[in-house]
Amino acid sequence: MKIEVLGMGCPKCKQLIVNAEGAVKELNIQAEISKVTDIDKITEYGVMMTPALAVDGVVVSVGKVLSKNEIKKIISK
Amino acid sequence: MAGNNCMCQQAGVLIFPCSGGSDVGELSDRAARKMAKCGQAKMFCLAGIGANIPGIIESAKAANKLIAIDGCPVACSKKILEQARFTPVAFNLKDMGFIKGKTRVDDDSIEQVLSKITGGKIEEADCNTSGGCCGS
Repeated sequence: MKIEVLGMGCPKCKQLIVNAEGAVKELNIQAEISKVTDIDKITEYGVMMTPALAVDGVVVSVGKVLSKNEIKKIISK
Repeated sequence: MAGNNCMCQQAGVLIFPCSGGSDVGELSDRAARKMAKCGQAKMFCLAGIGANIPGIIESAKAANKLIAIDGCPVACSKKILEQARFTPVAFNLKDMGFIKGKTRVDDDSIEQVLSKITGGKIEEADCNTSGGCCGS
């Protein structure tokens, strides 16, 4: 599984990365978490607001700092 | 790094003109672009909603309000948004007296549309409405 956190690196983006890492750890799954800070790449996803979260290349959330539990629900599907 | 390029401001109001091929389609587009230029709304991609692009759908979900501006009674913009399960505030230029094929697209007609949508003339002084979040 590939999890991407889209954002320029502000505190909200950083918190989303922490929450994503926590979710992966608690689920004990193998996932690659990466940061996408390149604005061109972010807009290629159609994302207008950050932070955003993409799972396996599909944007699942925009403009929200999802909690660890919310991320767990999304990646458990 | 967050700096000036941060995109984490509030989603605010997104505007979706039909941007159709007719005169009223053009008028919807130009009115929307003027609203966007003045910061009263952000222009967004109706085609991306129709194409079900996840990033665009999720971005629209994050908005406080969606506005559809249609040029004619076919109401493509409103219907595309509704098919994507959004509930836009919808305006139709026909209801404002603009008839397809008989509408002049100029500053006056653009201003008339904006007046109906915003409830008054857009002033340049009102142009900065976005808020930031970085560091908060």
